[in-house]
Amino acid sequence: MNETIIDAQGLDLTFQTNDGPVHALKDVSLTIGKGDFVSFIGPSGCGKTTFLRCIAGLETPTGGSLSVNGMTPDEARRKRAYGYVFQAAGLYPWRTIAKNVKLPLEIMGFSREEQERRADRVLELVDLKGFGAKYPWQLSGGMQQRASIARALAFDAGILLMDEPFGALDEIVRDHLNEQLLALWARTEKTIGFVTHSIPEAVYLSTRIVVMSPRPGRITDVIESPLPKERPLDIRDTPEFLDVAHRVREGLRAGHAYDG
Amino acid sequence: MRAALPVLTVLAAILLLWYLAVAPMNIRGALDLAERSGRAVTPETPLARQDVSVWRLMAQNPGQIAAAYELDRPRLPTPQQVGGELWKTTGEMALRGRAMSKRSLIYHAAVTLRSTLWGFVLGTALGILGAVAIVYSRVVDMSLMPWAIISQTIPIVALAPMIIVLSSQLGIEGRGVPKAIIAAYLCYFPVLVGMVKGLRAPAPSQLDLLQTYSASGLQVFLKLRLPSSVPYLFTSLKIGIAASLVGTIVGELPTGAISGLGARILIGDQFGTPLAIWAALLAAALMAGALVTLLDLLQRITLKRMGMQA
Ligand SMILES: Nc1ncnc2c1ncn2[C@@H]1O[C@H](COP(=O)(O)OP(=O)(O)OP(=O)(O)O)[C@@H](O)[C@H]1O
Ligand SMILES: [Mg+2]
Repeated sequence: MNETIIDAQGLDLTFQTNDGPVHALKDVSLTIGKGDFVSFIGPSGCGKTTFLRCIAGLETPTGGSLSVNGMTPDEARRKRAYGYVFQAAGLYPWRTIAKNVKLPLEIMGFSREEQERRADRVLELVDLKGFGAKYPWQLSGGMQQRASIARALAFDAGILLMDEPFGALDEIVRDHLNEQLLALWARTEKTIGFVTHSIPEAVYLSTRIVVMSPRPGRITDVIESPLPKERPLDIRDTPEFLDVAHRVREGLRAGHAYDG
Repeated sequence: MRAALPVLTVLAAILLLWYLAVAPMNIRGALDLAERSGRAVTPETPLARQDVSVWRLMAQNPGQIAAAYELDRPRLPTPQQVGGELWKTTGEMALRGRAMSKRSLIYHAAVTLRSTLWGFVLGTALGILGAVAIVYSRVVDMSLMPWAIISQTIPIVALAPMIIVLSSQLGIEGRGVPKAIIAAYLCYFPVLVGMVKGLRAPAPSQLDLLQTYSASGLQVFLKLRLPSSVPYLFTSLKIGIAASLVGTIVGELPTGAISGLGARILIGDQFGTPLAIWAALLAAALMAGALVTLLDLLQRITLKRMGMQA
């Protein structure tokens, strides 16, 4: 396998809440290699977001080991190892699209010209060229989500962590964005961690699909996709695609049976 | 201008009610006056009239109702009388070049306005600083917030004379400083509450986003918390400036004050010139309206420039 980027071994995370401890992650072991596109799928509450947040250093595991680029997640974050895309676009309403994209660049201290150059480049990458001067409320939900992806791409981190980025969008827009995301991934060779609830989306995008199940949150199956890197939208009608989708569905069912 | 219609409707309703109220409020005074000038009224003596309701008095002396609208010292002056008095003590004096004379309401309004603005600036600064401290420190949140709330339960009319006495004990000349302190005392609270809310407005995910950039605390404050709080700030400022004005006027009420709208109200009361009281009241109301409108305008412009409003 290619160079290891993310390495989780026996990861445990228990939240102490008022209603007692919540075992969000239990014994999660997973390695993600450079250039992998890994999807996380599983019922609500199985710890997908929590795992992604651990990788991002936003949550501290209570057990096990986790390294990102050979560092702790905190160190990796300070080295700008990843861009994070949240479920809600979360653009600042008082900033134009271009200024929103420049937000991380301002914080990281890029020069003005460099900010300009990078904002132009990533806005073009997500097909938002010419919308830089608009305010978020002037854009559709899909465009806003693309802008938030541009924002995560702006500082050229090697890892892209995306938590249900297209969850709130309609099917057609979603298909379109999926296509664009794949093209972007192919061009930039980033490592992507992607949370979704949609089996077709997971299968269409990923090189690997991680199936999780809840209470306690854990990995129940990891499915390597045999699909080629080049994936037109109609690959979803091929037997190979349907076969992978079937295996994911089986994996999800098995998790549920264990649960019940 | 669509906003003007409802405002004008309410205004018309208020004026109508006001006019209607003048007759019952002033009928006794009108009858006393008529009796003294030798005209026949029923009942004939003030003593006898005392137990009769104003409605009966009006029904029994329909001829005197008109006089209730023209008294020199009415209990309730008509809007015209108040407007006339206001004009006499402002515009007319200004036309004669005596806008800053001690008899001019413009002079008194200026005195009140100065303390109001000082109190507003002071209160706003304190409110914002307090809010920042509360948002950034749990200890301050737990210790300062209860006191801030308690401070607002103390009636300002009880506190104002104490502040005035204290400040003169400390050798501070004049009323300007204590008045500004009283105004600030009323103003800081809405600003504090609004700013705490505004600085806490960003969603956890927005804070997380900045954390993924390893943003510093100062950057989080400047790039996220502060801009998020702007709409809240303006809402509080509008309440705050009105509170400052009330505080200043309350500070002008205790005996000893000779200038300011509050002093005019008090003096009008002592000298039995209701028109002066009403004119000062109206001037205060107009000033409050103007200040709030100005802030509202500033809010619109700011938010528009920030791109936050369509
Ligand atoms: N900050 C927190 N404090 C306490 N419990 C939490 C916290 N964050 C998550 N949890 C709990 O951890 C479990 C996993 O949550 P997580 O958000 O990772 O699920 P998820 O797989 O992303 O679900 P969804 O598909 O609904 O987004 C849930 O039971 C949740 O209630
Ligand atoms: Mg989630």
